Amino acid sequence: MPPPTLVNVPVDILRFNTCGSVDDGKSTLIGRLLYDSKSLMEDQIEALERSADITGGGQINLADLTDGLRAEREQGITIDVAYRYFATPRRKFIIADTPGHVQYTRNMVTGASTANLSIILVDARTGVIEQSRRHTAIASLLRIPHLVVAVNKMDLVGWSEERFFEIRAQFEEFLPRLDIKDVKFIPLSALNGDNVVDPSPHTPWYSGPTLLGHLETVHIASDWNLQGFRLPVQWVNRPNNPADPALHDFRGFSGQIAGGIVREGQKVLALPAGIVTTVKQIWTYDGMVGEAFCPQSVTLVLEHDIDVSRGSMIIGLEQRPGYSSDLQAEVCWMHTRPLQPGRKYFLKHTTHTVQVVVSELVTKLNMATLETEAGPAELAVNDIGEIRLRTAKPLVFDGYGTNRLTGSFILIEQGTNATVAAGMLRPPREIVKSENGDYVI
Amino acid sequence: MTSYHLDHLQHLETEAIHIMREVAGEFERPALLFSGGKDSICLLRLAEKAFRPSDIPMPLLNVDTGHHFPELNDFRDRRAKQLGARLIVRTVEDAIAKGIAQPSPGEISRNRLQIPTLLAAIEEFRFDCCIGGARRDEEKARAKERFFSFRDSFGQWDPKNQRPEIWNIYNGRLNPGENMRVFPLSNWTEMDVWQYIRRERLEVPSIYFSHTRKCVRRGGQWLPANHLVPPKPTEQVRDVVVRVRTIGDIISTGCVESPATSIDDIIAEIAAARVTERGSRADDKASEAAMEDRKKAGYF
Ligand SMILES: Nc1nc2c(ncn2[C@@H]2O[C@H](COP(=O)(O)OP(=O)(O)O)[C@@H](O)[C@H]2O)c(=O)[nH]1
Repeated sequence: MPPPTLVNVPVDILRFNTCGSVDDGKSTLIGRLLYDSKSLMEDQIEALERSADITGGGQINLADLTDGLRAEREQGITIDVAYRYFATPRRKFIIADTPGHVQYTRNMVTGASTANLSIILVDARTGVIEQSRRHTAIASLLRIPHLVVAVNKMDLVGWSEERFFEIRAQFEEFLPRLDIKDVKFIPLSALNGDNVVDPSPHTPWYSGPTLLGHLETVHIASDWNLQGFRLPVQWVNRPNNPADPALHDFRGFSGQIAGGIVREGQKVLALPAGIVTTVKQIWTYDGMVGEAFCPQSVTLVLEHDIDVSRGSMIIGLEQRPGYSSDLQAEVCWMHTRPLQPGRKYFLKHTTHTVQVVVSELVTKLNMATLETEAGPAELAVNDIGEIRLRTAKPLVFDGYGTNRLTGSFILIEQGTNATVAAGMLRPPREIVKSENGDYVI
Repeated sequence: MTSYHLDHLQHLETEAIHIMREVAGEFERPALLFSGGKDSICLLRLAEKAFRPSDIPMPLLNVDTGHHFPELNDFRDRRAKQLGARLIVRTVEDAIAKGIAQPSPGEISRNRLQIPTLLAAIEEFRFDCCIGGARRDEEKARAKERFFSFRDSFGQWDPKNQRPEIWNIYNGRLNPGENMRVFPLSNWTEMDVWQYIRRERLEVPSIYFSHTRKCVRRGGQWLPANHLVPPKPTEQVRDVVVRVRTIGDIISTGCVESPATSIDDIIAEIAAARVTERGSRADDKASEAAMEDRKKAGYF
């Protein structure tokens, strides 16, 4: 692969999402980030000014920038996830903007699923509310590596240091119960731009970074899993009538590495075939490479001609995954038709789709108390709960906490093909063992 | 561990390759929309990266409005040939002749008419999935678009009823007659596209570079002089040094005054640019919701 080139090419991508209740200032904050980082163009600013004249009495409303569809303009609410882009010389940023009303969990899960970082907005006047706890719990459930608590509207509480630390203490009360490693608290005013891009003169007591400063520097290199090689096979690469005789017997397995590192000459295990073989070549369009890592897309050529197809997984011999058709998972239910035990769905995990039946609803998370309740009758839309599933064929998987790519799945309703749930697998009880019949050839 | 690092273009690339291979794995009869424009040029390179040494396992499809820049069509045909790909072209002209597309009296723009033309091509070849080069940063309504965008049996997009898209697990299941549009470049910006073109040393049609062209000043922008919308008596045709930033039809694509003669020049120009690329498309300016309406009807 060619080396990174020239100046002004960002060196990284940071994906983040923003969460807050209605009116906490989410849209204003995103507008402010785009405006102050000079990511807006003249025609966008013009459009802002045009709508300011029509609806805003001449006041520019930064929130208009992130307001997309007509239905939303009519209802005055954001109904779905919208994506925004901006870049600084250090990083490219992808913002998933998710709405803050009550029908929220589904959208936040969608927007946050690929995020490196979540920004939780809190109105400095109201402090931590049920929504803040809920958003933080979802971020924790999705194992988002980094969290920022943006204490907004500090101008309305007289830039009180005391108030800021009070809110911080409210958070720290429930944080230990969650699974979040890195949390940053930042006092700001999205409306006036304090501590968003430029440091605020009003917070001499705050010595931390501005929001953008933090987004530009937070360490994300280790967010990808480099332990335990996993290649879910997407497509078998078999040239039909190659002009090049060297390609006559070419049979490659194409996919995006979902974990770990693979090296030429390394032994790998192909599942479900259960056969150990050697990596003969790591093929890319830009030439053969000696090693490749998550999340690169590659094509592996194996030493032996074995039965591998879409849905198979090629893994390293160390750090083995689970292999089972009896699964336990946390799911977020996303459809208005509730989940009921005994129903059949399709489950898509990596590149593998299988039939599945939900055998048991184990618990449901009470969003108000963050306590789990045993034996719920159903999971309704926006509910989060723990379920047991039985798949028609075993899955090769990791716990979601170990690997977000091989530990996640979606459920698809049969007939309508609607995506009805996002699932996060519990760590395997049994792993693939070598004596369980790997055939070494 | 820090040496195991991808920069932003490599991230966008591997994401797009993954999506292309999901399409090849999940659909029976996919097609790749190729116009010869800069976004679809990137798409083609990504398809090569996803599928070589095999052939790209889907035909290229283009809806020709009959109002294309000739340079663009030449480039399109040549590039398809280079790649050994099958190129299918369906024209609005033809669709009108067959009664598939009906122009309203006095309607000159082919924007609306390319929708039925495309839907008819999808039906003719029974395509179940079309890969397109649209990006979310182009326009407000696109910002909510999914990678896998579900269309009902009328080809319509319903923004309120989209499938949630979680992690990188895409739901490509369809019932008969339904259709998927897939956008591997969703997360790319105009800048990313040009940086990728530079990194991959991709050829682009000459109209992206500075050239002298006869233009008329209309609606605050330079439009190429053409016989379809002749200049009004009050309008002057002038030779202007311009380039095209985004390619639509010859009657609606505004040219920007520019001395850019290389990819590096273009990148420098975009970095300094103060107008978004769609700012030069007259068809989007018509109303704030123009794009949303066209998408609902089956447009990309
Ligand atoms: N005083 C003050 N008002 C703010 C601040 N941030 C947002 N607002 C106002 O709060 C209201 C709601 O903001 P908006 O961004 O629409 O909230 P959203 O519903 O979370 O997107 C608007 O009237 C904003 O002008 C702030 O930092 N200080």
